[in-house]
Amino acid sequence: MNVLQEKLMELRRKAFENVESAEDLKNLQDLRVRFLGKKGPITEILKGMGKLSKEERPVIGQLANDVRNAIGNIIDTKKAELEQKLLEKELENEKIDVTLPGRKIRTGSHHLLASVIREVEDLFIGLGFSVAEGPEVEEDYYNFEALNLPKDHPARDMQDSFYITDEILMRTHTSPMQARTLEAHKGKGPVKIICPGKVYRRDTDDATHSHQFMQIEGLCVDKHIRLSDLKGVLTVFAKHIFGEDREIRLRPSFFPFTEPSVEMDISCFRCGGHGCAVCKGTGWIEILGAGMVHPNVLRMSGFDPSVYTGFAFGMGPERIAMLKYGIEDIRHFYTDDIRFLNQFRRA
Amino acid sequence: MLVSYKWLKDFVDLDGVTPEALADRITNSGIEVEHLTYPGEGLKNIVVGKILTCEPHPESDHLHLCQVDLGSETVQIVCGAPNVAAGQKVPVATNGARIAGHVSIKRTKFRGEESNGMICALSELGVDKALAPYEDGIYVFDDEVPVGADALPYLNLDDAILDLDILVSSAHCMNMIGVAYEVGAVLNRPVHIPVPDPHETDEAAADAISVAVDAGDKVPYYGARLIKGIQVGPSPRWMQLRLIAAGIRPISNVVDISNYVMLEYGQPLHTFDFDAFGSNHVLVRFAGENETIETLDKQQRKLEPTDVVITNGKKAEAVAGVMGGESSEVTADTHTVLLESAIFDPMTIRKAALHLQMRTSASSRYEKGVDRNRVAAASDRAAELLTKYASAKVLRGIVGQGPQTVAEQTITMPWQKINRVLGAGLPPEQISGILKRLGFTAAIEGDTLHVSVPTRRFDVSIPEDLVEEVGRIYGYNNLPATLPEGEAIKASLTPYQKLMRRTEQLMEDCGLNQAFTYSLTTDENAAAYTIHDTDRRPTRVIWPMSEEHAVLRESIVPQLINAVGYHLNRQMTDVAFYEIGKVFLPKSGDPRPDEEEHLAGAITGNRTERNWEGEPQPVDFFTAKGILENLFDALALSDRIDYRPAKREGLHPGQTADVFLDGKVIGYVGALHPAVLKKEELNPTFVFEIAIEPLLRGKQPEIVYSGLPRFPSTARDIALVVKRTVPAADLYHVIQKNGAPLLQSVRLFDVYEGGHVAKDEKSMAFSLTYFDPERTLTDDEVNAVHDRILKACEEECGAELRG
Ligand SMILES: [Zn+2]
Repeated sequence: MNVLQEKLMELRRKAFENVESAEDLKNLQDLRVRFLGKKGPITEILKGMGKLSKEERPVIGQLANDVRNAIGNIIDTKKAELEQKLLEKELENEKIDVTLPGRKIRTGSHHLLASVIREVEDLFIGLGFSVAEGPEVEEDYYNFEALNLPKDHPARDMQDSFYITDEILMRTHTSPMQARTLEAHKGKGPVKIICPGKVYRRDTDDATHSHQFMQIEGLCVDKHIRLSDLKGVLTVFAKHIFGEDREIRLRPSFFPFTEPSVEMDISCFRCGGHGCAVCKGTGWIEILGAGMVHPNVLRMSGFDPSVYTGFAFGMGPERIAMLKYGIEDIRHFYTDDIRFLNQFRRA
Repeated sequence: MLVSYKWLKDFVDLDGVTPEALADRITNSGIEVEHLTYPGEGLKNIVVGKILTCEPHPESDHLHLCQVDLGSETVQIVCGAPNVAAGQKVPVATNGARIAGHVSIKRTKFRGEESNGMICALSELGVDKALAPYEDGIYVFDDEVPVGADALPYLNLDDAILDLDILVSSAHCMNMIGVAYEVGAVLNRPVHIPVPDPHETDEAAADAISVAVDAGDKVPYYGARLIKGIQVGPSPRWMQLRLIAAGIRPISNVVDISNYVMLEYGQPLHTFDFDAFGSNHVLVRFAGENETIETLDKQQRKLEPTDVVITNGKKAEAVAGVMGGESSEVTADTHTVLLESAIFDPMTIRKAALHLQMRTSASSRYEKGVDRNRVAAASDRAAELLTKYASAKVLRGIVGQGPQTVAEQTITMPWQKINRVLGAGLPPEQISGILKRLGFTAAIEGDTLHVSVPTRRFDVSIPEDLVEEVGRIYGYNNLPATLPEGEAIKASLTPYQKLMRRTEQLMEDCGLNQAFTYSLTTDENAAAYTIHDTDRRPTRVIWPMSEEHAVLRESIVPQLINAVGYHLNRQMTDVAFYEIGKVFLPKSGDPRPDEEEHLAGAITGNRTERNWEGEPQPVDFFTAKGILENLFDALALSDRIDYRPAKREGLHPGQTADVFLDGKVIGYVGALHPAVLKKEELNPTFVFEIAIEPLLRGKQPEIVYSGLPRFPSTARDIALVVKRTVPAADLYHVIQKNGAPLLQSVRLFDVYEGGHVAKDEKSMAFSLTYFDPERTLTDDEVNAVHDRILKACEEECGAELRG
């Protein structure tokens, strides 16, 4: 081994030693310049190659290149290592307490009654019904007369209604939309609507009465509508709103605008029908009133009762919500206490 | 209607049908049994005792010592009742018995004397004190009840009472015979109604009295009997107990019989003391102008000319179907009775009862309807009972005017209609069978069903009524559950309804809670914070329940302010509400207001929590406005919306803007006036109200896809100094107008006052983005537009470029 070879080997050893102990990237960069730079010892050696013999030249050249590459590699490796360390240090510095609360965007809640109404609307849209809306200040004609409740009908109690004039009043139910919708269809079916909305009664507000409340009216008139169809539709409704296991029963009842009239009970969702406080021990809970549209109602609104039949029903979203969640006071719906409203965000 | 299970057994065999089962069956076939009660529930060891001796208690001035035979033994009982006497048969709660209210009776001593039980008043056995005879004393059996026997059956305390909820459709069940027919049909068992025998004497009533009716069609039939030799006294025990069970207090045999027959037949009867009636001629006519009558309750009543009265030819002795007159009331001294059994027009009775404010058991029956063909039978039944229990002599015949009976109504219909409407497949024999169970006459001829409806079923008159009768007796629960068949029709939310849902969602995403408040409010609130001022009077209901809810709201904001106040009173200071609902805007010349759907909001407190990052950020005007801007963006309307400073009552004069859509005011947003905050004790609160229909009803612009931009846009900032009075909106307008078509967007990013800016001026910095979809803009092109904008701002807004 000649002197140059030894020198190169010495350079390699020295470089490795220095790189090994380099502490930061600047240091490392200095080493790169010092060993591999244009003025560095390896370049020097390569520059002085001309002085070497023909035999020595390729041997030394090869060695010098190998040493340069080896130093370059060790510096690159060290650099990656230092960079990794640096990154780790930075990450360490950036560490936060991930258990601190995040920045939430405050969102509001949908009113429970609106949720109940929306759920019912969506179910009936799926069954082919449209959603109709009507005036809250109604004509006596649509609120009563067109519903087979003539002026002197005993079921009509002036004391129960907020009249504005003798002929104008706050609607006492959503049923006027039956007459209005039928009239608009000019005697031609099918008519399938559901109509949610506010209604008004002359009641003193207490835990179970409210002078303003919601109703959802349903109406289905066509050439072959049967009471069994009402039963089917209400069964679907009961299962959707109160659970798959619910059964329904129809009890005869009376409403002037339907004949026959029925009341629908569902099997108690609390006790499954064995009897409990919710169903007052009967196993059944009264949910809504319904029936086959009275021929007088069809006739007055321009439908021929010998051609068309139909069913109608009316339900109270407050009652549904109160039953479903065990709400004890109807006034909660209109007090809008956020501690009440927020309990039903998911409803 | 309170129905005694024991009484019902007079007419229908109830063997094997418990009261519970009966209540279930009745409820499921049409008449709801609201309550089923057992009057004797909880009573134990109550026996019939006979008082052998009754001596005063040596140590008391009101107690008695009684030796009482209880059948198995004779015991001493101390009794304090004023009516106790030797020889009486009485109900005795023996040692170990339980009386009403779960009170146990044990051997005890009263002032040194042993007492082995208690002689009972009916109220001590659970009977309503207001109904019980001898309310101040013990109950005394009036006839041969066996000593030592269980007393409860003799007091009908082994009965069950079904409380029927009578609706218009079930008025035929307001009497026992009607209920019996219903029960017979439901159970498919025969009904037995005994034919009464009036025990008439040979003397003809027509020789003694005459009847004339002069009241048009308001009195289809009026009949009277004359009954002599009456001995007024108590009615028999069984009758008293049945009246009590029905909720009627026994008075005397004559009154009780009249009530009893009404309960049994549903036919109201009236008894006049004939000697006090004042003539032997009964004239039924309309009341005269200013006519008055003193009724049984000793009230002077003013009559209306539409009222029908029963007169002695001159003076009114009764208001037909409502109440009798004081002057001819039956008393203990009555000997001769004029017994009325009549049919009156329901509406006439309803009106009279309403204006006289006397809803009696008679008037409510007349109002809802009585069996047209039972009027004579009821009279016969009363005559029978008066003969038996008041030693009466009944004169022969009923003296009346009008037909005593009418023909039954007939209904003819295709029998298949019943199946078609029910969705059932009943064979014709089953249909006619059900109708026959109900006591109807039914025959099927080919496709046709002929039905004759008994007069007691005045609620049945059209084919649909028969559908109901068949359906309810067959059982709705036996019907299949089907879905409507027929052509498919479109069913979806309307665009308006979809946008409404979107709006609700957006408000909630902006942090507002949905509220529902009342439409009826106070006079003061109704017209406050309206979008448009009018001098029209708000719409008021004629007869409000309270002034709190008397007038229809014309805006929602006042209701939301109340909701905010409610929460502040309960230490909840961060409150944010919105409501979408109707407001009612009065119209001139029409009592019916316009109904408009509005969106309103109210926010107060902080919009962020106080947390580990620092202090909370309070809501302000721009929070409220930002919510609206979000909405307008979502509806793609922002280009057509404008805000202008506004002065509105109740709102801060410097922090209120009117909201314009296409140049028309559709609402406002603003801070509540400090004076309002002070008065209502509120924290700074910001409100808005918008007429939402113009927003949602308008045609939504089509969505036009334009691909991704292929060329870069160029951003330039511009800082302008203007007078403080110049609204930012003015600069926006000028910039936008002059930037078209290359100006893509404008954003105000800095507003600065003070410092180097003159005192009455402000600096506003905008970031402008220029863009051409077809090419990259050159600097020269951008500069040209930019300069044009600057120049326009200088000219139109007095702006200067900030150096
Ligand atoms: Zn239950």
